[in-house]
Amino acid sequence: MNSVVCISHVPDTESRIKIADGRKVDEAGVKFIVSPYDEVALEEAIRVKEAKGGDVTVLAFGPDRAQQALREALARGATKAVHVKGESGDADSLGIAKVLAAAIQSIPHDLVFLGKQGVGTDNALVGPMVAELLGYPQVNVVTHLEVGDGKITAHREIEGAEEIIEASLPAIITAQKGLNEPRYASLKGIMAAKKIAIDGKSLADLGLTDGDIYNQRVVIVSMELPPEKTGGRKIDGSDPNAAAQEIIKYIKEEVKAL
Amino acid sequence: MPGVLVVTEIKDGKLKKASREAFSIGRKLAASAVSDMGGLLFDASAEDEAGRYGAKKVYVANAGEYNTETYTAAVVQVVKEMQPSIVLFAGTSNGRDLAPRVAARLGVGVASDVDRLEWVDGKLRARRPVYSGKAFATVEVIATPAIATTRPNAFPAEEAGGGSPEVVNVSLDAVAPKAKTLETKVPEAGELSIAEADIIVSGGRGLKEAANFSYIRDLAHAIGGAVGASRATVDAGWIDHQHQVGQTGRVVSPNLYIAAGVSGAIQHLAGMSSSKHIVAINKDPEAPIFRVADLGVVGDLFTILPVLTEEVKKAKAH
Repeated sequence: MNSVVCISHVPDTESRIKIADGRKVDEAGVKFIVSPYDEVALEEAIRVKEAKGGDVTVLAFGPDRAQQALREALARGATKAVHVKGESGDADSLGIAKVLAAAIQSIPHDLVFLGKQGVGTDNALVGPMVAELLGYPQVNVVTHLEVGDGKITAHREIEGAEEIIEASLPAIITAQKGLNEPRYASLKGIMAAKKIAIDGKSLADLGLTDGDIYNQRVVIVSMELPPEKTGGRKIDGSDPNAAAQEIIKYIKEEVKAL
Repeated sequence: MPGVLVVTEIKDGKLKKASREAFSIGRKLAASAVSDMGGLLFDASAEDEAGRYGAKKVYVANAGEYNTETYTAAVVQVVKEMQPSIVLFAGTSNGRDLAPRVAARLGVGVASDVDRLEWVDGKLRARRPVYSGKAFATVEVIATPAIATTRPNAFPAEEAGGGSPEVVNVSLDAVAPKAKTLETKVPEAGELSIAEADIIVSGGRGLKEAANFSYIRDLAHAIGGAVGASRATVDAGWIDHQHQVGQTGRVVSPNLYIAAGVSGAIQHLAGMSSSKHIVAINKDPEAPIFRVADLGVVGDLFTILPVLTEEVKKAKAH
């Protein structure tokens, strides 16, 4: 059972965001991490490998720093890594999906894992787009997975409920938190990862042109920070009855919800 | 100028709230583009309701229960027939599952989870929160049709007072899906999802232990809201991840957000500060949550919440 895990490298969730040129995030001083949902996706692929054998290939499209994310994934237990070099920040979701779909076709696989969304851009588009480009079934926002013979059964989180979905292989899974608890890299894993070469590819190697990937259909025209909130009224809550009355008054008069 | 198509979801014979919201903003876009709005319904029961929300024409596709592949084919079929300039999906779980698949089949892009939409110089312009609301991006959707998913609760649902729409029954091409839903499980009966709730009551580390989420649940039940949680409480295993508000949880914008014992880590604030009204209860007067709260109460949640819950019950009884 071979898996491909698509990994994106994103600003740490604890970072403060600054804007550069009025239309993108200022990367200066920002720490990049493996996108948290991708960590869950990777962990699940490693567990499938531990149970059923096979390879876990991690795949990233991005600039040179994407290799750090791939190294991190190898240290946790991925067995192979493919880096497609390019400015993923200049491509829209469909452009990125085309790169990943082309790269996935060059790697033996039964299952393809992604995070349910890249933390930061928060589009949640690439997984289903890759599924469509490859003609595979998709199960999105997965919280539980069982891998059977030629098929999977996955639990998909929807509003206030979950669906149990059966899909034939190969299939696309997008991982939600709660699917598993991702492991940390062990020292042994970090040492072993150093011996694995990252397979570098260009767009041309995948038969793609810059025009295919960088002609955006959705263009960011500007980016701005939300207005700084100063906070509203602050009251002393040492008398619980008085505090509760104040809150009720606020909900009745201003929220108009009671 | 061939108009706006809204892909809807129906529950118990009625349009879901998020679909009514999508119709309401769709109608405004159609008006500013001097065109009409149509709706795609997967069940004929909401035809007249779609008309009241401004749909002039509805396409009815009896595609059965939701399935990514059969619904993708149905949407693409209707898009090819209607040739809309804009296609809107409500940004629910199914809308966000379906829109990117449809877009990839049509070779176009999606403005995802938008909270503002305008038609400017013949293009769809959308605002969307990024970094869970730490910043906002304004995007232009270039390809046709321009597809967007609308963030639940971001657009008011307003009826237009229209009449019965023209109905087109779509005869669907056969599709053999590679995935199928075996079962839908509703875990805790009556539990509201934070994604679409009008009111959310959230608890944080100030609750001290898992059992104390009862303080949050009691108030949420009394007021008719959903239970939210900070990442710290989810990571500690006190409550399930589907309740988590913030980056790596849900970004929410309810009418009222009550945070109790939530200090307000940056990734939590990002996920809830676009709520319309925010009440915070925290012992620490310096807690960052007070920076975004419209009403901040410096006090002990364990004494205030039970009184508040009783007062809410009284107010509801009137």
